[in-house]
Amino acid sequence: MAVVVILVLLALGSVLFHVFSPWWWTPIASNWSFIDNTIIITFWITGFAFVAVVLFMAYCVLRFRHRPGNTADYEPENRRLESWLATGTTLGVAAMLTPGLFVWNQFITVPDGAAEVEVVGQQWLWNFRLPGADGKLGMTDARDVTPENALGLNRNDAASLDDLIIEGGELHLPIGKPVKVLLRSVDVLHDFYVPEFRAKMDMVPGMITYFWFTPTRTGTFEILCAELCGVGHPQMRGTVVVDTEEDYQAWLAEQQTFSQLTASSETRSPATATAAATAQ
Amino acid sequence: MVDVRSGIGEALPPPEVEDVELYHPHSWWTRYVFSQDAKIIAIQYATTAIAIGMVALVLSWLIRLQLGFPNTFQFVSPEAYYQFITMHGMIMVIYLLTALFLGGFGNYLIPLMVGARDMVFPYANMLSYWIYLLAVLVLVASFFAPGGPTGAGWTLYPPQAVLSGTPGGRDWGIILMLSSLIIFIIGFTMGGLNYVVTVLQGRARGMTLMRMPLTVWGIFTATVMALLAFPALFVACVMMLFDRLLGTSFFMPAIVEMGEQLQYGGGSPILFQHLFWFFGHPEVYIVALPAFGIVSDLISTHARKNIFGYRMMVWAIVIIGALSFIVWAHHMYVSGMNPYFGFFFATTTLIIAVPTAIKVYNWVLTLWRGNIHLTLPMLFALAFIVTFVNGGLTGLFLGNVVVDVPLSDTMFVVAHFHMVMGVAPILVIFGAIYHWYPKITGRMLNETLGQIHFWVTFVGAYAIFFPMHYVGLAGVPRRYHELGEAAFVPESINDLNAFISIMALIVGAAQILFLFNLVWSLRHGREAGGNPWRATTLEWQTPETPPPHGNWGKELPVVYRWAYDYSVPGAPEDFIPQNHPTPGRVSHEAAP
Repeated sequence: MAVVVILVLLALGSVLFHVFSPWWWTPIASNWSFIDNTIIITFWITGFAFVAVVLFMAYCVLRFRHRPGNTADYEPENRRLESWLATGTTLGVAAMLTPGLFVWNQFITVPDGAAEVEVVGQQWLWNFRLPGADGKLGMTDARDVTPENALGLNRNDAASLDDLIIEGGELHLPIGKPVKVLLRSVDVLHDFYVPEFRAKMDMVPGMITYFWFTPTRTGTFEILCAELCGVGHPQMRGTVVVDTEEDYQAWLAEQQTFSQLTASSETRSPATATAAATAQ
Repeated sequence: MVDVRSGIGEALPPPEVEDVELYHPHSWWTRYVFSQDAKIIAIQYATTAIAIGMVALVLSWLIRLQLGFPNTFQFVSPEAYYQFITMHGMIMVIYLLTALFLGGFGNYLIPLMVGARDMVFPYANMLSYWIYLLAVLVLVASFFAPGGPTGAGWTLYPPQAVLSGTPGGRDWGIILMLSSLIIFIIGFTMGGLNYVVTVLQGRARGMTLMRMPLTVWGIFTATVMALLAFPALFVACVMMLFDRLLGTSFFMPAIVEMGEQLQYGGGSPILFQHLFWFFGHPEVYIVALPAFGIVSDLISTHARKNIFGYRMMVWAIVIIGALSFIVWAHHMYVSGMNPYFGFFFATTTLIIAVPTAIKVYNWVLTLWRGNIHLTLPMLFALAFIVTFVNGGLTGLFLGNVVVDVPLSDTMFVVAHFHMVMGVAPILVIFGAIYHWYPKITGRMLNETLGQIHFWVTFVGAYAIFFPMHYVGLAGVPRRYHELGEAAFVPESINDLNAFISIMALIVGAAQILFLFNLVWSLRHGREAGGNPWRATTLEWQTPETPPPHGNWGKELPVVYRWAYDYSVPGAPEDFIPQNHPTPGRVSHEAAP
């Protein structure tokens, strides 16, 4: 009998926990509320199935538990019941899969005119790159990475020179404009993850991955790494700030291009080298 | 249509093969240590698996101490934490669950349940165990190697697995891990071929495939899958070992590590993930199918009712086994693979839910109008259904590609797979041990200790993993040594984490009670007799308990009926053993 009570409590307790517990997702800040809705649908369908199965079991234990004189039925198969159940399950699964696939199609179809932003992961910090005046990101290669060129831009590609480089700083994005986030890593796997945006994607050395979204509210959001990348994994944090268009333009104007950065490091490095030499 | 039940009236087929001449041990060493008897090998496998499993249990305590009370236990450094989660995962999945279900239950139950004297290749069977033991020792050695075991996560994703930012990456850790897996697979292949050939060739007269107990079907299908899936892991391990030791670049593109250019180039990290999950997803079912099979038999026996829809259950096992080979990339929705794969793998993954759901329905419909004895095996079987349904349903979140995007790599995933392939199969293992211990030892396990063990384990494990889903839903990533400050989760998540940790400590402690019961009952348990559960399957019909070398005495059993003749109307007792020639209800129709 304890079993029956526990089974019922467990089913109801799970539902109550779901409804009343304070632990729920953080408010969304992107266009992917479709994803949230699909999760809600899935919670309803699966929650119903779970409660139904557990309560049915509890009923069976209560009603058909062993008592003297009880005998079990002998019913090896019941074709009709089995096919009804299979059909019902198939429909339930289809009800979850179909909206899921539609939303996935949106997720992987980047709208025309989405602004490109590159995020580059390295152990254990985030770098960013925005296309400069030419609107194009220059070519990169991990083999071109040097201390002065942490993102590995190709110096011979004209498109690289005006790219805006933000090393280890914070990324700003304008509100309401679709962004295609291009993801790259120079060492190991990372994953660009901002809980409020709902979207995430791995960053894989040797290839460029992407996802897109539209920021829907201004604010400062935390970037986390969601793919184990070594002991510094939890400390790999960054910040993304969603700005109004004005604030964004102001921020953009402060950023340095690749050629500015290279020039300043070239003027700086011989000086530091001499300083180091004299210190010895 | 095949009549799965009584076959009286059919001519008994003549024996296809002569009764085998067994190897007979001549000394204590060949009888108990280098034994070729599947039952001894089974106990060796099980003991080793449980022993290494205890290491994994202690590791889980340490993991939970850190997560529940960050910055309190200084000895759980970030390096140590990653080593603990890696070894915990690897031990539980491979060295405990796979080894215990196939090497332990497979070895003990297959020959007995199909009516054979032993496995068909007893010598290879013995080698299989000793190679497995070697794999475990190599694994354990990595704890003592310079730099400690690998901390790459149990998925061992390159490039980080072989680089210096990961514990053991440039030391011995990863080398020993990969070597141990390679050795394990070699050993497993020897055992696995044995199980498959024994089921196909070693069955007693009258034991048609469609009369086999579902336990055998589950273990058999899982073994076939393992023989097909493990080679993918094998080559992945060999290739990564080459990348690490010989400087090849199978999985390594051009990489800058901590500002330094490495001599790698042209490889693909995603290739490893495909190989790993081509093994890794079937692996879930390699663990689950034996559990499905065993739990079917536990429910049927202890509810005194035939399993509902036997043929559907067999086909569901086979279909799940086949489908599980074309769903692997659902572990990789956010890996950066071609996003169009998402459509295919989401569809196949959700299709697998249908045969799985049918199995669940058939288990609960077996309870319907049964005569349910709430014995320990039955309690564990009920707990299995609850946790398996819970964990299976959250799989519908993660399998549905776009829903996976926010949840992937969060604690939701950790909660999901622990519920579905950790808690649920382990509850079956417990149920199975309470069920078959009397056959293995001749004595019953202590009921009171068993009840305490059951309630603490079931309710406790549910209290650990059910709330954990919501930690992930709130956005907390997995594999974080500590979350630190995070504005997107409420402060109170720490209280929830502390609660989960305390439950984990309690549930872990209950397992010590179980181990004590295993040892104590060996001497002091109640005498069981040959068939304490009044079960139909052949292993309960052996002339002696525990069954001696050769299992059956002079005559091999002959099988007259399916494994589920419980409560047959008109029969004198509520069960008819499979080797019992008395007609049951011969003319029963399958369809109403």
